[in-house]
Amino acid sequence: MTTSIKQLPDIEQVLSGNGACGGCPATMALRIVGKALGSNAIMLLTPSCSVASMGMTPKLGYNWPCINICFATAGSSASGISHALEIMQEKGRLQGELPTVFCWAGDGGTYDIGFQALSAAAERNDNMIFFCYNNEAYSNTGVQRSGATPRGSFTTTTPTGKRQPKKNMALLMLEHNIPYVATATVAYPGDLYDKVVKAKNTPGMKYIEILAPCYLGWQFNMPETVQMSRKAVRSGSWLLWEAENGKISFNNPSAHIISGKKKAEPVDEYLMKQGRFSRLLKGSDAAQRIAEIQGDIDREIAFMRERAKITI
Amino acid sequence: MKSAQVIMDTGAHAAALAVKSARVDVIPGYPITPQTSIMEALSAMVENGELHARFIPVEGEHSSMAAAVAASAAGARVFTATSANGLLYMHEVLHMASGGRLPVVMCNVNRGIFAPWTLWADHQDSFSQRDTGWIQYHCSSNQEVFNTILQAFRVAEQINIPVMVNFDGFAISHCLMPLTLPPQEDIDRFLPPHEPEWRLDPAQPSSFSNVTNAPEYAPFRQMLSDDIIAAIPLVKQAAQEYKDITGMWDGDTIDTYRLEDAEVVAFAVNSMAAELRLSIDILREQGIKAGLLRPRLYLPFPTEDIISALPQNAQVMVLDRNYNFGHPGGILASELKSVLFGRRNDITVKNRVIGIGGIDLTRRFMAAEIRAMMDE
Repeated sequence: MTTSIKQLPDIEQVLSGNGACGGCPATMALRIVGKALGSNAIMLLTPSCSVASMGMTPKLGYNWPCINICFATAGSSASGISHALEIMQEKGRLQGELPTVFCWAGDGGTYDIGFQALSAAAERNDNMIFFCYNNEAYSNTGVQRSGATPRGSFTTTTPTGKRQPKKNMALLMLEHNIPYVATATVAYPGDLYDKVVKAKNTPGMKYIEILAPCYLGWQFNMPETVQMSRKAVRSGSWLLWEAENGKISFNNPSAHIISGKKKAEPVDEYLMKQGRFSRLLKGSDAAQRIAEIQGDIDREIAFMRERAKITI
Repeated sequence: MKSAQVIMDTGAHAAALAVKSARVDVIPGYPITPQTSIMEALSAMVENGELHARFIPVEGEHSSMAAAVAASAAGARVFTATSANGLLYMHEVLHMASGGRLPVVMCNVNRGIFAPWTLWADHQDSFSQRDTGWIQYHCSSNQEVFNTILQAFRVAEQINIPVMVNFDGFAISHCLMPLTLPPQEDIDRFLPPHEPEWRLDPAQPSSFSNVTNAPEYAPFRQMLSDDIIAAIPLVKQAAQEYKDITGMWDGDTIDTYRLEDAEVVAFAVNSMAAELRLSIDILREQGIKAGLLRPRLYLPFPTEDIISALPQNAQVMVLDRNYNFGHPGGILASELKSVLFGRRNDITVKNRVIGIGGIDLTRRFMAAEIRAMMDE
């Protein structure tokens, strides 16, 4: 049974008063992550919105020791901390339960500039949780394209809409043979909470990616973050799944979409709610470009359905 | 009491032995010629239990330095090593180490930089990292490499500034020389366990290297600038106490040879400076009052020690194994001129760039260079 939002612990690791935009999905997600991790953790941040909103020196809005690191280095930096803690414990210089080491990176710091160090940390199976909060663009620098930006999306560096599909980063992480991979999003807080708890209790490398609909980058109404997150899942453009030791299972409502019990909602309505697709939808080739986006979604659903059957 | 042991060893392996006796906790590493054998030796020592540490086989030097600074922030004693393009690839993270005040110690085995490729030694790599806020030693023998790594940890941890220990690829890294290993208890007496004032600790949630406004940023940078200069007395103290305990001496901020009455002074770093002692002897036999001044410390530049060591009216022949692009000579000459200006107007400085990309620097060749420079 998925934990309900009412059952989440009272502990707050995201303190009141920080620089995030209203309706910020990354901050919302981090709050839930904090409830699952508790206070015994060390947080690494690469340049991203969560750095811009954490408070400026000497203030800090997150109730953990937080280290800001170079953009490309989340994976390797967390390896350094994780090994340091373990060896200091072995040598008797640290006592008690070791803190959870976790990276909190955006899609740029994960899919793009952070990919090499993350891939290597995963291949070494170093002990950490790597969170990617994915708002599908470089939102912190004013919304530029990333490897997570979906086809058709307008950004300041794709002024006529991105021509390429996004990559399936969570699946790439799964193919590193790490013990735990999961996807989540803010409309399903209990699902996210349970996945973080599972990751916390699993040794080795864990990867959790959280879809974070950003009202500024996606251009929808600020109070609709959670609705947009839910629409992303219901349209099948974001699939909720987890893989323990390589075995994929889907979580609802994505499980129903994969099994065919429920049909994914057509993508049109999801796209229409977002200004980032509006230029596309006004063009003469709108129908064709919507069909391309729908095609990307259908392909991913079909591919993940088949991939999950491989349990070797 | 145990006595010192003397072995034959390469500079690279001497470095690994020093790291082992420093009881390092974490070693991220990535291979690059001619540094590779340091990492190979350390990973073997960790694997066979000779060294109780973690070796992290990272996927590149940028990650190597990132893992090093993060492990240091977690409170560990950390070492890594690199050369040439590996050092350049680390550049961004070198700034994080110094700005973050993390006492990482790293060996850079000097090698010329790409393009075109060369495997052999010159000093463009380390000198081009001048403005990263690291303390930089340059060593002229295998023994000095061993001794300096231990001194580097002590200085780094006293003042929370990272230290780079440089020595030449092949001439030092791959050549066998006698190496004296002091008893471990003497080293432990010289280098106490690392007890950082601050580390990433959930009991004390705080931010590290977070965004600042100018009123916070500027004082951080000023403190770093002041503290690098303040490392000079600590470097001297470390050299003196190391000598008191082990009996070994490589100089402190500078090293000199037949300098007191010299009229012609050779000025150079690393293995060429060891060879230059023999060139000085040749010149002396020819009736030239020659001497040597080797800055062992390149950063902070040992201004006061150089100014007080240079004999009156000396001609200083700076032999640079690097280019100061945009200027006719090398980087050491520029540094030297900048400290002499207005303080030692009696000194003449002449400069040649030699030994680039590993061109062999023999005693006779360098003696002839100095003679030729005298006539310029």
